[in-house]
Amino acid sequence: MNRTLDIIFHNTTRFFALSVLVVLGALFFVLFNEAKPAIDAFGLEFLTNSKWAPNMEIFGGYPAIYGSIVSTIIAMAIATPIAIGIAIFLSELAPPWLAYIVGMAIELLAAIPSIIYGMWGLFYLAPLLRDIWGGNGLGLATAGIVLSIMILPFMAAITRDAMKTTPAILKESAYGMGATRWEVLKDVVIPYVKSGIIGSIILALGRAIGETMAVTFVMGNAHKIPDSIFKPATSIPVTLANEFTEADTDLYYSSLFYLALILLVISFTVIAIAKFWFLRNLQEQKV
Amino acid sequence: MTLQERRILLNKVIMILSTTAALLGIIFLFWIIAVLFYKGFTALNLNIFVHDMAPPGREPSGLRNALVGQLILVLGASAIGVPIGVLAGTYLSEYGGKKSRLARLIRDISDIMMSTPSIVIGAFIYAILVAPMGHFRGWAGIAALVVMMIPIVLRTTDDMLQLVPGSLREAAIALGAPKYKMIIQVVYRGAKTGMLTGILLSIARIAGETAPLLFTSFSNNFYSTDLNNPIASLTVTMYNYATSPYEDWIDQGWAAALILALFVLGANIIGRIIIRKRKGEH
Repeated sequence: MNRTLDIIFHNTTRFFALSVLVVLGALFFVLFNEAKPAIDAFGLEFLTNSKWAPNMEIFGGYPAIYGSIVSTIIAMAIATPIAIGIAIFLSELAPPWLAYIVGMAIELLAAIPSIIYGMWGLFYLAPLLRDIWGGNGLGLATAGIVLSIMILPFMAAITRDAMKTTPAILKESAYGMGATRWEVLKDVVIPYVKSGIIGSIILALGRAIGETMAVTFVMGNAHKIPDSIFKPATSIPVTLANEFTEADTDLYYSSLFYLALILLVISFTVIAIAKFWFLRNLQEQKV
Repeated sequence: MTLQERRILLNKVIMILSTTAALLGIIFLFWIIAVLFYKGFTALNLNIFVHDMAPPGREPSGLRNALVGQLILVLGASAIGVPIGVLAGTYLSEYGGKKSRLARLIRDISDIMMSTPSIVIGAFIYAILVAPMGHFRGWAGIAALVVMMIPIVLRTTDDMLQLVPGSLREAAIALGAPKYKMIIQVVYRGAKTGMLTGILLSIARIAGETAPLLFTSFSNNFYSTDLNNPIASLTVTMYNYATSPYEDWIDQGWAAALILALFVLGANIIGRIIIRKRKGEH
Protein backbone atom coordinates (compact mmCIF):
# COMPACT_ATOMS: atom_id res chain seq x y z
CA MET A 1 0.00 0.00 0.00
CA ASN A 2 2.64 2.51 1.07
CA ARG A 3 4.86 1.34 -1.77
CA THR A 4 2.14 1.95 -4.36
CA LEU A 5 1.40 5.39 -2.95
CA ASP A 6 5.10 6.13 -2.99
CA ILE A 7 5.34 5.23 -6.65
CA ILE A 8 2.23 7.24 -7.49
CA PHE A 9 3.53 10.31 -5.65
CA HIS A 10 6.98 10.06 -7.22
CA ASN A 11 5.58 9.77 -10.72
CA THR A 12 3.01 12.54 -10.27
CA THR A 13 5.70 14.96 -9.20
CA ARG A 14 7.93 13.85 -12.06
CA PHE A 15 5.09 14.21 -14.56
CA PHE A 16 4.47 17.84 -13.56
CA ALA A 17 8.19 18.64 -13.46
CA LEU A 18 8.54 17.33 -17.00
CA SER A 19 5.49 19.34 -18.07
CA VAL A 20 7.68 22.47 -17.93
CA LEU A 21 9.87 21.05 -20.67
CA VAL A 22 6.82 19.99 -22.66
CA VAL A 23 5.32 23.48 -22.46
CA LEU A 24 8.54 25.11 -23.64
CA GLY A 25 8.81 22.62 -26.52
CA ALA A 26 5.17 23.21 -27.42
CA LEU A 27 5.69 26.98 -27.28
CA PHE A 28 8.43 26.86 -29.92
CA PHE A 29 6.63 24.23 -32.00
CA VAL A 30 3.26 26.00 -32.05
CA LEU A 31 4.71 29.43 -32.84
CA PHE A 32 6.84 27.96 -35.62
CA ASN A 33 3.90 26.03 -37.00
CA GLU A 34 1.61 29.07 -37.03
CA ALA A 35 4.38 31.21 -38.54
CA LYS A 36 5.12 28.64 -41.25
CA PRO A 37 3.00 30.20 -44.04
CA ALA A 38 4.72 33.57 -43.48
CA ILE A 39 8.15 31.94 -43.25
CA ASP A 40 7.49 30.15 -46.55
CA ALA A 41 6.21 33.32 -48.17
CA PHE A 42 8.83 35.80 -47.00
CA GLY A 43 11.76 33.73 -45.72
CA LEU A 44 14.51 35.60 -43.92
CA GLU A 45 13.80 38.72 -45.96
CA PHE A 46 11.02 39.30 -43.42
CA LEU A 47 13.72 40.46 -41.02
CA THR A 48 14.93 43.25 -43.32
CA ASN A 49 11.81 44.23 -45.23
CA SER A 50 10.36 47.43 -43.82
CA LYS A 51 7.06 47.42 -45.69
CA TRP A 52 4.02 46.37 -43.66
CA ALA A 53 0.94 46.62 -45.86
CA PRO A 54 -1.86 44.29 -44.77
CA ASN A 55 -4.13 45.42 -47.63
CA MET A 56 -1.52 44.29 -50.18
CA GLU A 57 -0.57 41.13 -48.28
CA ILE A 58 3.00 42.36 -47.90
CA PHE A 59 4.52 41.94 -44.48
CA GLY A 60 7.99 42.92 -43.35
CA GLY A 61 9.08 42.70 -39.73
CA TYR A 62 11.91 45.23 -39.83
CA PRO A 63 10.07 48.26 -38.37
CA ALA A 64 8.85 46.19 -35.40
CA ILE A 65 12.23 44.56 -34.82
CA TYR A 66 13.96 47.94 -35.19
CA GLY A 67 11.52 49.55 -32.73
CA SER A 68 12.02 46.79 -30.17
CA ILE A 69 15.79 47.04 -30.35
CA VAL A 70 16.05 50.84 -30.39
CA SER A 71 13.55 51.41 -27.58
CA THR A 72 15.37 48.79 -25.50
CA ILE A 73 18.75 50.43 -26.16
CA ILE A 74 17.33 53.83 -25.08
CA ALA A 75 15.88 52.23 -21.96
CA MET A 76 19.14 50.51 -21.07
CA ALA A 77 21.20 53.66 -21.72
CA ILE A 78 19.05 55.58 -19.24
CA ALA A 79 18.42 52.88 -16.65
CA THR A 80 21.87 51.32 -16.32
CA PRO A 81 23.77 54.32 -14.87
CA ILE A 82 20.84 55.31 -12.66
CA ALA A 83 20.39 51.76 -11.37
CA ILE A 84 24.09 51.45 -10.60
CA GLY A 85 23.93 54.86 -8.91
CA ILE A 86 21.03 53.71 -6.76
CA ALA A 87 22.85 50.47 -5.93
CA ILE A 88 26.00 52.37 -4.89
CA PHE A 89 23.89 54.77 -2.85
CA LEU A 90 22.07 51.92 -1.10
CA SER A 91 25.02 49.66 -0.43
CA GLU A 92 27.79 52.18 0.30
CA LEU A 93 26.45 55.65 1.08
CA ALA A 94 23.06 55.69 2.76
CA PRO A 95 22.76 55.19 6.52
CA PRO A 96 21.29 51.74 7.24
CA TRP A 97 17.80 52.97 8.15
CA LEU A 98 17.51 54.99 4.93
CA ALA A 99 18.95 52.16 2.82
CA TYR A 100 16.38 49.85 4.38
CA ILE A 101 13.40 52.10 3.63
CA VAL A 102 14.50 53.06 0.11
CA GLY A 103 15.51 49.46 -0.64
CA MET A 104 12.13 48.20 0.50
CA ALA A 105 10.29 50.85 -1.55
CA ILE A 106 12.27 49.91 -4.63
CA GLU A 107 11.52 46.22 -4.22
CA LEU A 108 7.81 47.01 -3.88
CA LEU A 109 7.91 49.24 -6.96
CA ALA A 110 9.36 46.34 -8.93
CA ALA A 111 6.07 44.52 -8.27
CA ILE A 112 3.80 47.26 -9.71
CA PRO A 113 2.05 45.93 -12.84
CA SER A 114 3.70 47.30 -15.98
CA ILE A 115 0.41 48.60 -17.43
CA ILE A 116 0.42 51.29 -14.71
CA TYR A 117 3.79 52.57 -15.96
CA GLY A 118 2.22 52.63 -19.43
CA MET A 119 -0.77 54.69 -18.27
CA TRP A 120 1.52 57.19 -16.56
CA GLY A 121 3.54 57.39 -19.77
CA LEU A 122 0.45 58.12 -21.84
CA PHE A 123 -1.19 60.69 -19.58
CA TYR A 124 1.80 62.41 -17.95
CA LEU A 125 5.07 61.78 -19.74
CA ALA A 126 3.82 62.02 -23.34
CA PRO A 127 2.17 65.47 -22.87
CA LEU A 128 5.32 66.72 -21.14
CA LEU A 129 7.55 65.49 -23.97
CA ARG A 130 5.14 66.92 -26.53
CA ASP A 131 5.75 70.35 -25.06
CA ILE A 132 9.51 69.84 -25.09
CA TRP A 133 10.06 68.10 -28.44
CA GLY A 134 6.94 68.93 -30.39
CA GLY A 135 5.15 66.29 -32.44
CA ASN A 136 2.60 64.20 -30.57
CA GLY A 137 4.95 63.11 -27.81
CA LEU A 138 4.73 59.45 -28.80
CA GLY A 139 7.58 57.38 -30.17
CA LEU A 140 10.69 55.37 -29.45
CA ALA A 141 12.16 57.94 -27.04
CA THR A 142 8.99 58.08 -24.94
CA ALA A 143 8.73 54.30 -24.94
CA GLY A 144 12.39 54.03 -23.99
CA ILE A 145 11.95 56.40 -21.04
CA VAL A 146 8.87 54.55 -19.74
CA LEU A 147 10.70 51.23 -20.12
CA SER A 148 13.75 52.57 -18.30
CA ILE A 149 11.63 53.63 -15.34
CA MET A 150 9.82 50.30 -15.35
CA ILE A 151 13.02 48.21 -15.22
CA LEU A 152 14.82 50.59 -12.85
CA PRO A 153 13.59 49.07 -9.55
CA PHE A 154 14.30 45.52 -10.69
CA MET A 155 17.75 46.42 -11.95
CA ALA A 156 18.68 48.49 -8.91
CA ALA A 157 17.53 45.76 -6.52
CA ILE A 158 19.55 42.97 -8.11
CA THR A 159 22.62 45.16 -8.66
CA ARG A 160 22.50 46.09 -4.99
CA ASP A 161 22.16 42.41 -4.03
CA ALA A 162 25.16 41.59 -6.19
CA MET A 163 27.24 44.37 -4.58
CA LYS A 164 26.35 43.10 -1.14
CA THR A 165 28.06 39.77 -1.88
CA THR A 166 31.49 41.45 -1.71
CA PRO A 167 33.14 40.10 1.46
CA ALA A 168 33.52 42.87 4.03
CA ILE A 169 37.10 41.85 4.69
CA LEU A 170 38.13 42.76 1.13
CA LYS A 171 36.61 46.22 1.44
CA GLU A 172 38.08 46.72 4.91
CA SER A 173 41.53 45.79 3.67
CA ALA A 174 41.26 48.43 0.96
CA TYR A 175 39.99 51.08 3.38
CA GLY A 176 42.78 50.08 5.75
CA MET A 177 45.29 51.01 3.06
CA GLY A 178 43.75 54.47 2.82
CA ALA A 179 41.58 53.99 -0.28
CA THR A 180 38.66 56.37 -0.79
CA ARG A 181 35.12 55.04 -1.18
CA TRP A 182 35.29 55.46 -4.93
CA GLU A 183 38.59 53.57 -5.10
CA VAL A 184 37.14 50.73 -3.04
CA LEU A 185 34.16 50.60 -5.38
CA LYS A 186 36.19 50.82 -8.56
CA ASP A 187 39.01 48.46 -7.58
CA VAL A 188 37.39 46.04 -5.14
CA VAL A 189 33.59 45.89 -5.27
CA ILE A 190 33.01 46.27 -9.01
CA PRO A 191 35.67 43.77 -10.11
CA TYR A 192 34.34 41.31 -7.53
CA VAL A 193 30.70 41.53 -8.63
CA LYS A 194 31.26 42.41 -12.30
CA SER A 195 29.61 39.32 -13.74
CA GLY A 196 26.65 39.72 -11.38
CA ILE A 197 26.10 43.31 -12.50
CA ILE A 198 26.41 42.47 -16.20
CA GLY A 199 24.06 39.51 -15.70
CA SER A 200 21.45 41.68 -14.02
CA ILE A 201 21.70 44.29 -16.77
CA ILE A 202 21.14 41.65 -19.43
CA LEU A 203 18.27 40.15 -17.47
CA ALA A 204 16.64 43.58 -17.31
CA LEU A 205 17.25 43.94 -21.04
CA GLY A 206 15.40 40.65 -21.58
CA ARG A 207 12.46 42.05 -19.66
CA ALA A 208 12.48 45.34 -21.52
CA ILE A 209 12.54 43.85 -24.99
CA GLY A 210 9.48 41.67 -24.41
CA GLU A 211 7.48 44.26 -22.46
CA THR A 212 4.10 45.03 -23.94
CA MET A 213 1.89 47.06 -21.65
CA ALA A 214 4.37 49.73 -20.59
CA VAL A 215 5.08 50.73 -24.20
CA THR A 216 1.94 49.96 -26.18
CA PHE A 217 0.29 53.27 -25.20
CA VAL A 218 3.26 55.48 -26.03
CA MET A 219 4.80 53.93 -29.13
CA GLY A 220 2.47 55.75 -31.52
CA ASN A 221 1.87 52.63 -33.59
CA ALA A 222 3.32 53.58 -36.99
CA HIS A 223 4.61 50.75 -39.16
CA LYS A 224 7.70 52.41 -40.55
CA ILE A 225 11.22 53.26 -39.60
CA PRO A 226 10.82 56.72 -38.02
CA ASP A 227 13.16 59.55 -39.15
CA SER A 228 13.87 60.30 -35.51
CA ILE A 229 13.37 58.65 -32.14
CA PHE A 230 10.78 61.34 -31.35
CA LYS A 231 8.40 60.18 -34.08
CA PRO A 232 5.79 57.39 -33.77
CA ALA A 233 7.05 53.87 -34.35
CA THR A 234 6.17 50.33 -33.33
CA SER A 235 7.77 47.27 -31.74
CA ILE A 236 7.12 43.54 -31.82
CA PRO A 237 4.96 43.35 -28.65
CA VAL A 238 3.09 46.52 -29.61
CA THR A 239 2.30 45.18 -33.09
CA LEU A 240 1.04 41.94 -31.56
CA ALA A 241 -1.12 43.71 -28.97
CA ASN A 242 -2.68 46.08 -31.48
CA GLU A 243 -3.15 43.89 -34.52
CA PHE A 244 -3.67 40.36 -33.30
CA THR A 245 -7.44 40.64 -33.14
CA GLU A 246 -7.55 42.50 -36.47
CA ALA A 247 -5.67 39.94 -38.57
CA ASP A 248 -8.27 39.01 -41.17
CA THR A 249 -6.18 36.97 -43.61
CA ASP A 250 -4.12 33.84 -43.03
CA LEU A 251 -0.91 35.49 -44.13
CA TYR A 252 -1.50 38.48 -41.83
CA TYR A 253 -2.16 36.14 -38.90
CA SER A 254 0.85 34.04 -39.74
CA SER A 255 3.12 37.10 -40.06
CA LEU A 256 2.16 38.13 -36.54
CA PHE A 257 3.19 34.69 -35.32
CA TYR A 258 6.45 35.09 -37.21
CA LEU A 259 7.04 38.27 -35.17
CA ALA A 260 6.12 36.43 -31.95
CA LEU A 261 8.59 33.67 -32.82
CA ILE A 262 11.35 36.21 -33.45
CA LEU A 263 10.61 37.86 -30.10
CA LEU A 264 10.68 34.48 -28.34
CA VAL A 265 14.03 33.59 -29.90
CA ILE A 266 15.54 37.00 -29.02
CA SER A 267 14.38 36.94 -25.41
CA PHE A 268 15.28 33.27 -24.94
CA THR A 269 18.81 33.95 -26.19
CA VAL A 270 19.25 37.09 -24.12
CA ILE A 271 18.05 35.46 -20.90
CA ALA A 272 20.03 32.27 -21.49
CA ILE A 273 23.20 34.37 -21.96
CA ALA A 274 22.51 36.29 -18.74
CA LYS A 275 21.80 33.11 -16.77
CA PHE A 276 24.53 30.85 -18.01
CA TRP A 277 27.30 33.24 -18.82
CA PHE A 278 27.17 35.71 -16.02
CA LEU A 279 24.86 34.65 -13.22
CA ARG A 280 25.93 31.01 -12.97
CA ASN A 281 29.21 32.00 -11.29
CA LEU A 282 27.35 34.23 -8.89
CA GLN A 283 25.00 31.43 -7.84
CA GLU A 284 27.89 29.05 -7.34
CA GLN A 285 29.76 31.59 -5.22
CA LYS A 286 26.74 31.89 -2.98
CA VAL A 287 26.37 28.13 -2.43
CA MET B 1 46.46 70.13 -6.47
CA THR B 2 48.17 67.25 -4.74
CA LEU B 3 47.40 63.65 -5.58
CA GLN B 4 45.58 63.24 -2.32
CA GLU B 5 43.36 66.25 -2.91
CA ARG B 6 42.59 64.98 -6.37
CA ARG B 7 41.61 61.56 -5.05
CA ILE B 8 39.34 63.06 -2.43
CA LEU B 9 37.77 65.41 -4.96
CA LEU B 10 37.15 62.58 -7.43
CA ASN B 11 35.59 60.54 -4.64
CA LYS B 12 33.28 63.42 -3.74
CA VAL B 13 32.24 63.96 -7.36
CA ILE B 14 31.39 60.30 -7.85
CA MET B 15 29.47 60.09 -4.59
CA ILE B 16 27.46 63.21 -5.46
CA LEU B 17 26.74 61.78 -8.92
CA SER B 18 25.48 58.49 -7.55
CA THR B 19 23.34 60.22 -4.93
CA THR B 20 21.89 62.42 -7.67
CA ALA B 21 21.17 59.35 -9.80
CA ALA B 22 19.45 57.71 -6.87
CA LEU B 23 17.41 60.86 -6.20
CA LEU B 24 16.45 61.21 -9.85
CA GLY B 25 15.29 57.60 -10.10
CA ILE B 26 13.40 57.82 -6.84
CA ILE B 27 11.70 61.10 -7.85
CA PHE B 28 10.36 59.52 -11.07
CA LEU B 29 9.17 56.42 -9.27
CA PHE B 30 7.41 58.47 -6.63
CA TRP B 31 5.87 60.66 -9.31
CA ILE B 32 4.24 57.56 -10.78
CA ILE B 33 3.02 56.35 -7.40
CA ALA B 34 1.67 59.82 -6.53
CA VAL B 35 -0.23 59.99 -9.84
CA LEU B 36 -1.61 56.49 -9.30
CA PHE B 37 -2.87 57.25 -5.81
CA TYR B 38 -4.18 60.71 -6.64
CA LYS B 39 -6.04 59.73 -9.81
CA GLY B 40 -7.11 56.39 -8.35
CA PHE B 41 -8.54 57.70 -5.10
CA THR B 42 -10.29 60.58 -6.89
CA ALA B 43 -12.09 58.13 -9.16
CA LEU B 44 -12.76 55.48 -6.55
CA ASN B 45 -16.30 55.30 -5.17
CA LEU B 46 -18.86 52.76 -4.13
CA ASN B 47 -20.38 52.57 -7.63
CA ILE B 48 -17.17 50.96 -8.89
CA PHE B 49 -17.90 47.90 -6.77
CA VAL B 50 -21.66 47.55 -7.19
CA HIS B 51 -22.34 48.46 -10.82
CA ASP B 52 -21.20 46.88 -14.06
CA MET B 53 -19.37 48.60 -16.88
CA ALA B 54 -21.52 51.05 -18.82
CA PRO B 55 -21.17 52.97 -22.09
CA PRO B 56 -19.34 56.28 -21.72
CA GLY B 57 -21.39 59.03 -20.12
CA ARG B 58 -24.05 56.73 -18.73
CA GLU B 59 -24.59 56.57 -14.97
CA PRO B 60 -24.34 54.58 -12.82
CA SER B 61 -21.30 52.73 -14.05
CA GLY B 62 -18.72 50.67 -12.26
CA LEU B 63 -16.29 47.83 -12.65
CA ARG B 64 -18.08 45.04 -10.81
CA ASN B 65 -17.99 42.62 -13.75
CA ALA B 66 -14.30 43.27 -14.33
CA LEU B 67 -13.51 42.78 -10.63
CA VAL B 68 -15.43 39.51 -10.53
CA GLY B 69 -13.85 38.37 -13.80
CA GLN B 70 -10.38 39.23 -12.54
CA LEU B 71 -11.01 37.31 -9.34
CA ILE B 72 -12.25 34.26 -11.25
CA LEU B 73 -9.27 34.30 -13.62
CA VAL B 74 -6.69 34.73 -10.87
CA LEU B 75 -8.26 32.20 -8.49
CA GLY B 76 -8.81 29.73 -11.33
CA ALA B 77 -5.22 30.04 -12.49
CA SER B 78 -3.98 29.67 -8.90
CA ALA B 79 -6.16 26.61 -8.28
CA ILE B 80 -4.51 24.89 -11.24
CA GLY B 81 -1.04 26.45 -11.27
CA VAL B 82 -0.19 26.21 -7.56
CA PRO B 83 -0.64 22.42 -7.13
CA ILE B 84 1.21 21.72 -10.39
CA GLY B 85 4.04 24.08 -9.46
CA VAL B 86 4.34 22.70 -5.93
CA LEU B 87 4.43 19.08 -7.09
CA ALA B 88 6.94 19.84 -9.84
CA GLY B 89 9.11 21.76 -7.36
CA THR B 90 8.85 18.80 -4.97
CA TYR B 91 10.24 16.53 -7.65
CA LEU B 92 13.24 18.81 -8.20
CA SER B 93 14.10 19.10 -4.53
CA GLU B 94 13.18 15.66 -3.17
CA TYR B 95 13.74 13.29 -6.07
CA GLY B 96 16.07 15.23 -8.32
CA GLY B 97 18.38 16.85 -5.82
CA LYS B 98 21.22 19.22 -6.55
CA LYS B 99 23.23 17.05 -8.87
CA SER B 100 20.59 15.48 -11.11
CA ARG B 101 21.00 16.72 -14.65
CA LEU B 102 17.28 16.55 -15.38
CA ALA B 103 16.52 18.65 -12.30
CA ARG B 104 19.12 21.23 -13.30
CA LEU B 105 17.73 21.40 -16.81
CA ILE B 106 14.19 21.92 -15.52
CA ARG B 107 15.43 24.63 -13.15
CA ASP B 108 17.20 26.48 -15.95
CA ILE B 109 14.23 26.17 -18.31
CA SER B 110 11.90 27.48 -15.58
CA ASP B 111 14.14 30.50 -15.02
CA ILE B 112 13.96 31.25 -18.73
CA MET B 113 10.20 30.65 -18.87
CA MET B 114 9.74 33.18 -16.06
CA SER B 115 11.17 35.90 -18.26
CA THR B 116 9.46 34.85 -21.49
CA PRO B 117 7.49 37.82 -22.88
CA SER B 118 3.95 37.38 -21.65
CA ILE B 119 2.46 38.46 -24.96
CA VAL B 120 4.17 35.50 -26.62
CA ILE B 121 2.46 33.19 -24.15
CA GLY B 122 -0.84 34.87 -25.02
CA ALA B 123 -0.23 34.22 -28.72
CA PHE B 124 0.67 30.59 -27.97
CA ILE B 125 -2.55 29.99 -26.01
CA TYR B 126 -4.53 31.78 -28.72
CA ALA B 127 -3.18 29.32 -31.29
CA ILE B 128 -3.97 26.20 -29.29
CA LEU B 129 -7.14 27.13 -27.37
CA VAL B 130 -8.86 30.09 -29.03
CA ALA B 131 -8.33 29.70 -32.77
CA PRO B 132 -9.50 26.04 -32.96
CA MET B 133 -12.70 26.84 -31.01
CA GLY B 134 -13.39 30.01 -32.91
CA HIS B 135 -13.95 32.42 -30.02
CA PHE B 136 -12.31 33.95 -26.97
CA ARG B 137 -12.97 32.22 -23.68
CA GLY B 138 -12.19 32.62 -20.01
CA TRP B 139 -10.49 29.22 -19.85
CA ALA B 140 -7.89 30.35 -22.36
CA GLY B 141 -7.04 33.31 -20.10
CA ILE B 142 -6.67 30.94 -17.15
CA ALA B 143 -4.45 28.65 -19.23
CA ALA B 144 -2.18 31.56 -20.19
CA LEU B 145 -1.85 32.61 -16.54
CA VAL B 146 -1.17 29.00 -15.48
CA VAL B 147 1.69 28.76 -17.99
CA MET B 148 3.19 31.91 -16.46
CA MET B 149 2.63 30.78 -12.90
CA ILE B 150 4.02 27.23 -12.90
CA PRO B 151 7.71 28.16 -13.30
CA ILE B 152 7.46 30.76 -10.51
CA VAL B 153 5.82 28.38 -8.02
CA LEU B 154 8.15 25.58 -9.06
CA ARG B 155 11.30 27.59 -8.37
CA THR B 156 10.20 28.95 -4.99
CA THR B 157 8.97 25.52 -3.85
CA ASP B 158 12.27 23.99 -4.91
CA ASP B 159 14.28 26.66 -3.06
CA MET B 160 12.15 26.49 0.07
CA LEU B 161 12.19 22.69 0.31
CA GLN B 162 15.96 22.64 -0.03
CA LEU B 163 16.21 24.81 3.08
CA VAL B 164 14.64 22.04 5.18
CA PRO B 165 17.53 20.27 6.99
CA GLY B 166 18.35 16.76 5.77
CA SER B 167 18.38 15.47 9.35
CA LEU B 168 14.59 15.95 9.57
CA ARG B 169 14.15 13.77 6.48
CA GLU B 170 16.48 11.13 7.87
CA ALA B 171 14.63 11.11 11.19
CA ALA B 172 11.30 10.50 9.43
CA ILE B 173 12.73 7.75 7.25
CA ALA B 174 14.36 6.14 10.30
CA LEU B 175 10.94 5.96 11.95
CA GLY B 176 9.82 3.90 8.99
CA ALA B 177 7.80 6.57 7.17
CA PRO B 178 7.45 6.02 3.43
CA LYS B 179 8.97 8.80 1.34
CA TYR B 180 5.69 10.43 0.29
CA LYS B 181 4.62 10.66 3.93
CA MET B 182 8.00 12.04 4.89
CA ILE B 183 7.64 14.74 2.23
CA ILE B 184 4.07 15.70 3.04
CA GLN B 185 4.23 15.56 6.81
CA VAL B 186 7.80 16.61 7.50
CA VAL B 187 9.29 18.51 4.58
CA TYR B 188 6.18 20.49 3.61
CA ARG B 189 5.54 21.33 7.23
CA GLY B 190 9.08 22.57 7.69
CA ALA B 191 8.89 24.75 4.59
CA LYS B 192 5.30 25.92 5.10
CA THR B 193 5.84 29.66 5.62
CA GLY B 194 8.33 29.98 2.81
CA MET B 195 6.06 28.14 0.39
CA LEU B 196 3.06 30.24 1.40
CA THR B 197 5.00 33.43 0.77
CA GLY B 198 6.17 32.17 -2.61
CA ILE B 199 2.64 31.25 -3.62
CA LEU B 200 1.30 34.62 -2.48
CA LEU B 201 3.94 36.46 -4.50
CA SER B 202 3.28 34.37 -7.59
CA ILE B 203 -0.44 35.15 -7.36
CA ALA B 204 0.38 38.85 -7.06
CA ARG B 205 2.65 38.55 -10.06
CA ILE B 206 0.08 37.03 -12.43
CA ALA B 207 -2.71 39.29 -11.16
CA GLY B 208 -1.02 42.26 -12.82
CA GLU B 209 -0.65 40.62 -16.22
CA THR B 210 -2.52 42.16 -19.13
CA ALA B 211 -0.78 41.00 -22.28
CA PRO B 212 -1.59 37.27 -21.98
CA LEU B 213 -5.29 38.06 -21.50
CA LEU B 214 -5.69 40.42 -24.47
CA PHE B 215 -6.45 37.68 -26.94
CA THR B 216 -7.39 34.78 -24.69
CA SER B 217 -10.07 35.79 -22.20
CA PHE B 218 -10.52 39.09 -24.11
CA SER B 219 -13.06 41.34 -22.43
CA ASN B 220 -16.76 41.51 -21.80
CA ASN B 221 -18.93 44.55 -21.10
CA PHE B 222 -21.45 42.49 -19.20
CA TYR B 223 -21.46 40.52 -16.00
CA SER B 224 -20.46 36.96 -16.78
CA THR B 225 -18.96 34.08 -14.87
CA ASP B 226 -19.06 31.69 -17.81
CA LEU B 227 -15.51 30.61 -18.59
CA ASN B 228 -16.52 29.30 -22.01
CA ASN B 229 -17.14 32.85 -23.14
CA PRO B 230 -15.10 36.04 -23.09
CA ILE B 231 -14.78 37.38 -19.56
CA ALA B 232 -13.86 40.85 -18.33
CA SER B 233 -10.71 41.48 -16.33
CA LEU B 234 -9.43 44.58 -14.54
CA THR B 235 -6.23 44.70 -16.55
CA VAL B 236 -7.77 44.42 -20.01
CA THR B 237 -10.43 46.94 -18.94
CA MET B 238 -7.64 49.33 -17.90
CA TYR B 239 -6.12 48.89 -21.35
CA ASN B 240 -9.41 49.52 -23.16
CA TYR B 241 -10.40 52.45 -20.95
CA ALA B 242 -7.02 54.17 -21.00
CA THR B 243 -6.94 54.09 -24.81
CA SER B 244 -10.51 55.41 -25.09
CA PRO B 245 -11.24 59.11 -25.65
CA TYR B 246 -13.84 59.27 -22.83
CA GLU B 247 -13.01 61.18 -19.67
CA ASP B 248 -15.16 59.01 -17.38
CA TRP B 249 -13.73 55.77 -18.75
CA ILE B 250 -10.17 57.04 -18.29
CA ASP B 251 -10.96 57.96 -14.67
CA GLN B 252 -12.37 54.51 -14.05
CA GLY B 253 -9.23 53.07 -15.63
CA TRP B 254 -7.22 54.82 -12.90
CA ALA B 255 -9.56 53.45 -10.25
CA ALA B 256 -8.96 49.96 -11.66
CA ALA B 257 -5.21 50.60 -11.65
CA LEU B 258 -5.33 51.63 -7.99
CA ILE B 259 -7.35 48.57 -6.95
CA LEU B 260 -4.91 46.31 -8.79
CA ALA B 261 -1.84 48.04 -7.37
CA LEU B 262 -3.21 47.91 -3.82
CA PHE B 263 -3.82 44.18 -4.20
CA VAL B 264 -0.35 43.51 -5.59
CA LEU B 265 1.42 45.73 -3.05
CA GLY B 266 -0.67 44.28 -0.21
CA ALA B 267 0.30 40.73 -1.18
CA ASN B 268 3.96 41.72 -1.35
CA ILE B 269 3.88 43.45 2.03
CA ILE B 270 2.11 40.50 3.68
CA GLY B 271 4.68 38.15 2.11
CA ARG B 272 7.50 40.23 3.59
CA ILE B 273 5.90 40.29 7.03
CA ILE B 274 5.52 36.50 7.01
CA ILE B 275 9.18 36.05 6.10
CA ARG B 276 10.33 38.52 8.75
CA LYS B 277 8.26 36.83 11.45
CA ARG B 278 9.77 33.49 10.60
CA LYS B 279 13.27 34.92 10.72
CA GLY B 280 12.45 36.37 14.13
CA GLU B 281 11.41 32.99 15.48
CA HIS B 282 14.65 31.28 14.62
